[in-house]
Parts: sequence; C-alpha cells; structure tokens
Amino acid sequence: MQILLIILAFVLVLVVILQVGKVVELVSVMRDEDERTEDTSNSVGFLFLLSGIVLGLFIAYTSYTEYGKFLPVSASEHGVWIQDLVDISLYITGIVFIITNVLLFYFAYKYRYRRNRKALYFPYNNRIEILWTVIPTLVLTVIIGLGLNKWFKIFSEAPTDAIQIEVTGKQFAWVVRYGGKDNELGKRDFTLSTVENELGVRWKDKVSKDDFLSDEIVIPVNTPVHVNIGALDVIHSFYLPEFRVMMDAVPGIPTKFWFRPTITTEQMREIKKNPEFDYELACNQLCGTGHWNMKKTVRVVTEAEYKKWFSEQKSYYKQNIAKIEGGASVDTDVIAEVNSSKD
Amino acid sequence: MVTSSTGEHALSMIGAGSHHKETFISKYIFSTDHKMIGKQFLYTGMAWAVIGGLFSVLFRVQLAWPDETFPFLEQIFSNWFDEGHMTPEAYYALVTMHGTIMVFFVLTASLSGTFANFLIPLQIGARDMASPIMNALSYWLFLLSSLIMLASIFLPTGMASAGWTIYPPLSILPQASSGSGMGMTLWLVSMVFFIASQLLAGINYISTVLNLRTKGMTMTRMPLTVWALFFTAIIGLLSFPVLFSAAVLLVFDKGLGTSFYLSDIFIGGKALGYSGGNAILFQHLFWFLGHPEVYIVVLPAMGIVSEILSLSARKPVFGYKAMILSLLGIVVLSFLVWAHHMFVTGMNPFLGSVFALFTLLIAVPSSVKVFNWLTTIWKGNIKMTVAAVFSLGFVSMFISGGLTGIWLGNATVDIQLHDTYFVIGHFHLVMGVAAFFGMFAGIYHWFPKMFGRFMNETLGYIHFFITFIGGYLIFWPMHYLGMSGVPRRYYDFNEFHAFSEYHDMNLLISVSAIVVFAAQFIFVINFFYSMKRGRKSTELNPWKVNTLEWTTPIIPGHGNWPGDLPTVYRWPYDYSKFEDGPDFIPQTVPLTEADIESDKKNLH
Repeated sequence: MQILLIILAFVLVLVVILQVGKVVELVSVMRDEDERTEDTSNSVGFLFLLSGIVLGLFIAYTSYTEYGKFLPVSASEHGVWIQDLVDISLYITGIVFIITNVLLFYFAYKYRYRRNRKALYFPYNNRIEILWTVIPTLVLTVIIGLGLNKWFKIFSEAPTDAIQIEVTGKQFAWVVRYGGKDNELGKRDFTLSTVENELGVRWKDKVSKDDFLSDEIVIPVNTPVHVNIGALDVIHSFYLPEFRVMMDAVPGIPTKFWFRPTITTEQMREIKKNPEFDYELACNQLCGTGHWNMKKTVRVVTEAEYKKWFSEQKSYYKQNIAKIEGGASVDTDVIAEVNSSKD
Repeated sequence: MVTSSTGEHALSMIGAGSHHKETFISKYIFSTDHKMIGKQFLYTGMAWAVIGGLFSVLFRVQLAWPDETFPFLEQIFSNWFDEGHMTPEAYYALVTMHGTIMVFFVLTASLSGTFANFLIPLQIGARDMASPIMNALSYWLFLLSSLIMLASIFLPTGMASAGWTIYPPLSILPQASSGSGMGMTLWLVSMVFFIASQLLAGINYISTVLNLRTKGMTMTRMPLTVWALFFTAIIGLLSFPVLFSAAVLLVFDKGLGTSFYLSDIFIGGKALGYSGGNAILFQHLFWFLGHPEVYIVVLPAMGIVSEILSLSARKPVFGYKAMILSLLGIVVLSFLVWAHHMFVTGMNPFLGSVFALFTLLIAVPSSVKVFNWLTTIWKGNIKMTVAAVFSLGFVSMFISGGLTGIWLGNATVDIQLHDTYFVIGHFHLVMGVAAFFGMFAGIYHWFPKMFGRFMNETLGYIHFFITFIGGYLIFWPMHYLGMSGVPRRYYDFNEFHAFSEYHDMNLLISVSAIVVFAAQFIFVINFFYSMKRGRKSTELNPWKVNTLEWTTPIIPGHGNWPGDLPTVYRWPYDYSKFEDGPDFIPQTVPLTEADIESDKKNLH
C-alpha cells in the first residue's frame, strides 16, 4: 500500500512537470525564434552560473566541515611522506580546478547568445597549444618525480633488524604469526594445511618451532616492522589506514610491506582525544560477504612494553601441535587428506 | 527538400529505400538500417540504465540506513532482504551488477552503439554502414548477452558478486562466494557474446569511416564526433580480445580444473588441488582491457561535446588538429597505463614506477582538450540549448573527476587512496556522470534527426539542473570519505571506528542518489512523449549547423539521401566566419574566394 502511494505520487509529479513543460513550449513557439533563443540563453545562462556558485559554496563549506575528520597525522615514517605528496597534489590540482571551473561558468554566462553579436572566428593558434601542452607536462613531471623518489624508498629492502611478522588473510579473519625468539618465520606449504595448522607451517623446519600466533598485532614504536603478507583462499588486502599501509594478500604469491610506526596507541588516543581509540587492520580487497568485517586490533607500544608482551608469548607448536603427536605423523596425515580431496 | 535531376536514379539504386514494402518486423526488428540499429542500442541501453541505477539506489539505501528495516522493499525484492535488511550477499551482487551494467551495457555498448551507428554514415555521407548485416548481428548479439545477464538476476544462488572486475579466486570458487556458481557462469557467457558484439561493431565502424566517406570528405574534414567514435572503435578492437582470452582462461579454471589463476588455496578446511597459477595474471589481462575501457566510455562523449560546444557557441572548435592529436595521444597512452590499477598488488616497484609515469602523461592530452573546450566557448555566442548545458556540464565534471586522477596515478599517493571512496568519486565523475552527460547532450541534440520531433526544453533543463547539482552532491563528498581512509565495497561501516564517522555524508550521498535517479524519469518521459507528441521539426536544419546529417530529409529513409550523396567542400566548423552573412556555412557549400583568403590567414 505504502509503495503504491509513493509510486502514485511520483507519477503525479512527473505528469505535472510534463504539463508545465508543454505549456511553456506552446507559449514560446509563438515568438520569434532569435528572440526566444536570446531569452532562454539569458535565463539558462544565469541559472548555470548560479548552479556553479551554489556548487562552489557547497564544496567550500564541506571542505571546511569535513577537514577535521580526515585521517589523523600519519602514524608511520613513510606515511608523512605520502601526506606531503597528498598536500602538494591538493594545492596544484586545487588551483587548476578553481581556475578552469570558474572560467567555464563565467564564459558560459558572459558569452551567452545575443541576437546582434557575432562570435569570434578563432579556429587555431599553435603557440597557445604548445604552451598548454608543455606546461602541464612540466608540472606533471615534477609531481611524478617527487612521487617516485618516495615510492622507491617505501619499497626498498627492509632493514635487517626489522621485526618479522606474518599476516595471512582468510575468509573473514586475519592470522598473525611472529617469528619468535629467532625472529625467523618457519616455512609453509599449503598442502600441509589442516584445521589445526591452517597456515600449513612445516614443523620440520627448525625455525618454526618458536613461532607464535597472536590475537592482535603488537609492535614497538620506532622499530621497523616487516610484514610478510599472504592469503589462504581468495585475495585480501592488508590495510592500515592510520599508517598509510596497503598491500594485497594473494594466495600463492607472498607480498611484503615494511614500515616504521612512530606514534603509539596511547599517544594517538591523545591526538584523537578519544580514549577508546585503537589502530585497526582492515581488508581492502573484496573477498566475499564478510569483507566489511575483517577487523584486527593493532597495538603500538613502547619498547619495554613490547619486550614484556613478547616474553609472555608461547610457541604455537609446543602449545598445539606437539600435543597431538609428533610433527612427522601429522605431515603424512595431511598429505593423505589432500590427495583424497584432489580426486 | 532538394531533389536533383539524378535523384530518381539514386532512389532506384538504393532500392530497399522507402518503396520497398516494409512490415513491422523488417522495419523495427530485423532492420539493417544503421539508424534503426542505433535506436535499438539506445532503447536497450536506456532499459539497462534504469536497472543499473535502481541497483545503485538499493545499495545506497543500505549504506545510509544500515540499522533501519525496509519491509516494503522486502515485499518487492524478497530474495535480497532478510527481516527488512538487505543481506550482504545481495549487497555485493548489486554492487557487482551495477558496475557491469553501467560500464559494459550502458556506457560501452549503448553510448558507442547509438551514436556510432546513427552518426557515422550520416556525418561522413554514406548510405549505410560498410556491412549492414554484420551491424545488425552486433546488436542481436548484444541483446542476447543482455538477456543472459538479465536471467542471472533471477538465479536462486544469486548473480555474480565478485565485483565487476571479477578477480579470481573469488570469482572462480563457489565455496568462497555463492554468486561464483551459476551466476558467474552466466556472467562469463554473457560477456563472451558481448565481446563478439563489440568486435563486429568496431570492425564495421572502422571500415565505414575509412572506406565510405563521400566525395570531398577527407579525414581532416570529418567532424570530431566521427574522429572520436573512430578512435573508440580502434581501442575496442585492440583491447576486447584480451578480456576475451582472460575470460576463457577463467572458464577453464572454473569448469575444467586448470590452474591458470589459482594456486595454494586452502578453503573450507581443505587444500584444493590447484598449483602454479597466478591470480595477478588475471588482473593484468583484465586491466589491459579495463583501462582502455574507460576511454572507450569517455571518448564518444568527448566527440559529441566538442561538436555541440562548437555549434552552440557559433564558433569553430578551437584547435581541431590538436583535438585529433590529443585523441590519438589518449589512444596510444591508454594501452600503457593499465597496471596503475594494481600498484598495491605487490608487483615490482620498478614496473609500478613506469606505469605511474605513463599515467601522469595521459593527463596531458586530457588537459589540452579541456583548455581547447574553454577557448571554444571564449568569445562565442552561446545558444544555451539543453544539449549545450549538458556539454558544459560534461566539461565541469570531466575537470573535477580528471584532476583527482593525478592524485591516484601517482603510485605513492595511491598507497593511501587505493580502493577507497576517493577512487569511487574520481571515476564516477570522470567516466560515469561525464559520459552520461555526453550521451544526454547527444540525445537532446540529435533527437529531431532521429524522430522528426523536438524534445521538450523545459523538461530538459529541469533534468539537467537536478542531475548536474545532484551529481556533484553524490560524488564530491566521496573524496572526503576516501581521504579519511573509508574503503569501497563495505556493506556496513560501523564495525570500524575509523570508517564510521561519515554518517551524515553517507546520508547526503544516498538522498541525492535517490533524487537524481528519480529525476531520470523526467528524461524517460520526455523521450517517449516527445517521440510521439513532441513539437514537430519543420526545417531541414533546425540548429543551423554545418555537418552533413542536416542535409538529409527531416526523417531520412534507408539510404539517407534521396538523391546523390552530398559533396563536401570544407571542414565542419565554419561558424561566424565572416562579419556579414549567416553565422554558419554547411560543409556542402563550395569554397569562395573569401573563404580561401580567410583560410590562408586562419588555418595556415
């Protein structure tokens, strides 16, 4: 019933608009065509200019009100570089945006149709064309130069003292693994994956024995963190907005991103004036119906806090796998299961 | 209507013209007349645009009011709602289909299909396309692909829901997404027919432009619409086969158990038997089409706008040759930028830097075009027709959406903005709204040639102003969301505190989207009402323009010109050339001494 009424009202409005349009047309065809064109161009030209002004005010107003809600100051070293580039892009494109749009609306109004005026016959001017080919090229070259300079720094090799973390996406959660005391992650093989060992860690690999899994990502401030990114099922994307970190997690193709966090969670709570604040890891590549809810808390702590937390973690192998049986028999079970699933 | 002495001879030559007995079926359904095929593309595209728009309104409702229930929507779309809430399955399916429908069916097939079919023969002085039957076949394959896609909407397992970019493994594994079962299969089958349709059409457009130009119509006397449609066809012909191959390999992976794109997958507690495949390979193949695709969408609109701005301003388009060269520049560069969609897939940083460089370079021809449009209206005498305001609106949208491309093309900035709402705002302005504006401008302008009647102007202006302001209200705030890190394709933002601060903006966007969608029915009503009852066109050349289509009868028959084909003597932009006399000189008027004198001065 409700929906019928809405549709009925909508149709009624359309019919009214149509009738108004018909009447205006009937009145206007009785007049001289040139005069009519001039009048229409006058009023429409004015409305077009007005819509430009309204939009300009809307843009100015919302820029002002929304500005404070943007991402807070970057919580990583390279994020500040990206923020600087965003600012440069904003200034350059902002100037061009204002000039070109103002000219467009102004010209459209100023040069609206007049019966007794003639347009300027101005088909070509090579000098102008070359000028406005060369200037954008130079400006864009500068922007890209600044950008690529940082691009190669961001994707340089991680420092050797970086903490090794592995984050693996699956539908619809993240699995976080630390390299343990030796700071080395044990090798993986997806054919070894089982419900108990979904990452498929090769427990025969000695360095895997001290690896531990964590419910949250805990990292010390001002220390490089090397994130080894992967996925079990479909493509996900490792996304830390406050750190300006984003990298796809692709099944079968390991990816990586290293960064140096500079602001602890506590400090950011003060900056954001929000005692509840937490850094969060999100997924940023459509991965299925739960894509919007792949959350993991990220805690940036001081060096001392990190050391304390780290010493409390227990090896996943000792906690879960060793109990079941020896590593070797688990491996053979898994291989048998994989072979049967292949058939 | 001028009938020359050779007119009857020509009439007998084109035989099939108005004398041949036409039944409803031969005239409206199995027609090989390029004008009818163009209209068929237009009608089908309009139907798709309404469906695609409706889908976007539905998912905008979910984003603006995630906690409300909508029992009346559940009554209509019972499969997609559960206890008054849209299900995430439905949300992702609608998002996927909105993209697929708008990008492929509306802005590729219908925009090019309508105007290339309708305008190319009329504007270059040809009786029909080079191969009319192939042309008809291209429409019928498009309709077939449309019907297959439409059928997938009614599947119990749901339509494709892996995004319009159908990235594997999500699009291949039904265990990962229920839409990746039969829904995805139909999507792929539909796309195979669609690509065949595009190729048949493209080959036809290219051969028509190259071979069937009338006497005197040299390449550099063609209107910019024809140039743009010609380049569009070339891009399509070079890029669509790559999507075809990507889709075929996907079908193999899906149905035959090959591992082109799949490897190392552990899902549902089981390790699958795929190994050695590369999921990123698909993205390379997809975007090799996918990026040129955005130029396939926007180039025809650019051509239409160049033409309409010039004739409305009663002033030649500024820098005709620069306009052609910039189109050519866009065509070449469009094939060298695809991986800017993949900066954060973990590809080699050096490769990323090369693509970033080419991506920023493609901004140069685009900015040249904008400056040339501005100079075209500078010191003009602009008749503010509905087509003209839509063209001016196009330029504004293209500037606003184009400039943010400079942010995103810069690989370093893309690390922050990739796949956020910033991207959504960017491409909807530059290739969504802008391309639609080009399409609307073209329809309002060429409507008298299509149906012998005018569309109602008042309704046209109302349609324009609501869509123009509404378009900005929808897509501008998305930049703020993106700069705050809000990711695209989220069913609900409230799970993350970082993304949940934008409820007022989401409300504004959704309300504007609903209003703009409703306003499109003003256009639909105007279109069909004017077709039957609109003011009749009584002049051959109502807009007083130079191009050849206005030398045909008011409603041209099959064969277009009843007499001989017109001969062309000049370029199409001789507007306001001389102080005295009319402010336009059609292409069919021979050059005078004064012309030669003036051209020496102005055109070198």
